[in-house]
Amino acid sequence: MSQIILEAQGISKSFHDPVTIPVLKDISFTLNKGEFVSVIGKSGCGKSTLLYILSTMDTDYEGNLIIDQVSMQGKNEGELAIVRNEKIGFVFQFHYLLNEFSVLENVMLPGQKLGKYSPKEIKERAYQKLKILGIENEALKKPNQLSGGQKQRVAIARALINDPLIIMGDEPTGNLDKKNSEIVFDIFKELADVYGQSLLIVTHDNEFASRTQRIIEMQDGSIIRM
Amino acid sequence: MNFKLIQNIAVSLLLARWRQTLVAAIGVTFSITMFITLLSFMSGLNDLLDGLILNRTPHVRLYKEIKSSDFQPVDIHSKKTKQYNFIRSIKPKAERLEIQNSAAIIKNLKTDPRVLGVAPKVTAQVFYHVGVIEITGVINGIDPEAENKLFFFNDYVTEGNFMDLKNIPNSIILGKGAAEKMLAQIGDVVQITSSKGERLSLKVVGFFQSGLQDIDNVQSYASISTTQKLLGESNNYITDLQVKLNDILLAPDVAKEYQRIYEIEAIDIQTANSQFETGSSVRSLISYAVGITLLIVAGFGIYNILNMMIYEKMDSIAILKAIGFSGKDVNRIFILIALSIGVFGGFLGLLGGFGLSAIIDQIPFNTNSLPTVKTYPINYNPRYYLIGTIFAIITTYLAGYFPSRKASKIDPVIIIRGK
Repeated sequence: MSQIILEAQGISKSFHDPVTIPVLKDISFTLNKGEFVSVIGKSGCGKSTLLYILSTMDTDYEGNLIIDQVSMQGKNEGELAIVRNEKIGFVFQFHYLLNEFSVLENVMLPGQKLGKYSPKEIKERAYQKLKILGIENEALKKPNQLSGGQKQRVAIARALINDPLIIMGDEPTGNLDKKNSEIVFDIFKELADVYGQSLLIVTHDNEFASRTQRIIEMQDGSIIRM
Repeated sequence: MNFKLIQNIAVSLLLARWRQTLVAAIGVTFSITMFITLLSFMSGLNDLLDGLILNRTPHVRLYKEIKSSDFQPVDIHSKKTKQYNFIRSIKPKAERLEIQNSAAIIKNLKTDPRVLGVAPKVTAQVFYHVGVIEITGVINGIDPEAENKLFFFNDYVTEGNFMDLKNIPNSIILGKGAAEKMLAQIGDVVQITSSKGERLSLKVVGFFQSGLQDIDNVQSYASISTTQKLLGESNNYITDLQVKLNDILLAPDVAKEYQRIYEIEAIDIQTANSQFETGSSVRSLISYAVGITLLIVAGFGIYNILNMMIYEKMDSIAILKAIGFSGKDVNRIFILIALSIGVFGGFLGLLGGFGLSAIIDQIPFNTNSLPTVKTYPINYNPRYYLIGTIFAIITTYLAGYFPSRKASKIDPVIIIRGK
């Protein structure tokens, strides 16, 4: 049996404003190393909310989250930031690159924050990641000089820089055209197949989901298929 | 920690909004410049005005006062009874203004380590003769060397050489106002009558101008021996001993002590001129208040700009947090931005303050009452620069503190999902 890297144990969450509405109801599942998993479901079923809880950014929930055999319960904001930095790579629907920095610097930022490698090594690694994504020639440009597909690839490179345990994506292709979606999917596929990278991607694109190794389908805050 | 990275991000955010940053920095520069200039100028003026009196006033003055005795003969009789005597119209007995045994006192004072110097003085009430008219006046018999050393006598002698008082027998330095009334020139001989009727011809060797009109109209200076001659007294007749101390703050205690030891009247400078100290401190207070107000206004400018920057950079802050920057890191970034504005603006402000003070220092300021002053007075006290620096850093830190805290509390989920 392969190694469990992420485990959700009875995660529930409710919004309390103005009346209490449960969004997530007792969600439990595990994720193994090297799995390429997609989470699908209708709009408002709670899949994004779940993803933000799993990414440690949202801490307002009940239940337990275990990442890499370590419980996230009781960790403070600073400790969670370190977990995000070291173990999780995040790709959003919008690229969220910092326009003040060049593409290369954007990719290097999480690496610099981690401080595990020397600045020179971080630079080399950033180039290497950009190369995997086929955009090493754009390294010195500013993000606003790139196309939407290229920006999303830079964001993926940034997510990869610290060799994270898992890459999480919140509709990473939601804002891209067909061709670019295809490119981004192929990159994810390559990362999973060639590099053994674990991926957890939230999407509403069923065609995208059907090509992943495993689908978790959600409805009204519960998992109905996994 | 990875301070360099935080520094790097702070610099990038600063440069992305360099115009606003510059405006904020200029605000700090302006306020520090004005703060330093204002305080330097105000304290220069204070020193000037205080110097008018303080430089020429002995820290402790020993003199003999003509007054009736506190202890009357009848008190001997009623000493041990419960009686109380009311005696009206007591007159002082015939007494001389002379300080008795002055030579010994001077010798004694000079050995006191707290004493910087002692200048003896003889005061004489006189009449200046202008034709047939007599003008009242006062002649101070002084030791020119001691007087100059302790009380900067030479600064107030506008014409002539003060040492001539010693070198030329029967000489006088006239007060400017008195000289004008007498139409006296240097080298002229003026007629003086003492209150006892003694008449003397004195040669004018200089003019004296204190800046205080009332003094210049009546006061003149002669040597001690000339004055003693005028009064018809012996050469150990001294009416005042002017003591200058190393530390002016000791004056009240020293005065009390001397009063007890030498059994004469002693008055300290603080008691004699209390109004000057009050004026100075109130003026300093006003300048500090204005300066600090300027800095606080600059602080609000920084606060506004940082707040705006945080609203603008909300996405960037959220993403920094998503990729593993903690609230603390974000806080540090914005504090660093605020402090760099403060340090940069403050440093320019120090230079500006020094420059502006230097310019004011060159502006001519000629007034008849202040013969030694040619330009506006400036006090280049490093203390103001230090206070300015500290205040610049503290205000910018406080101005950055609240926006930074807000930035560190931004919830990335809300920003990212809000799109």
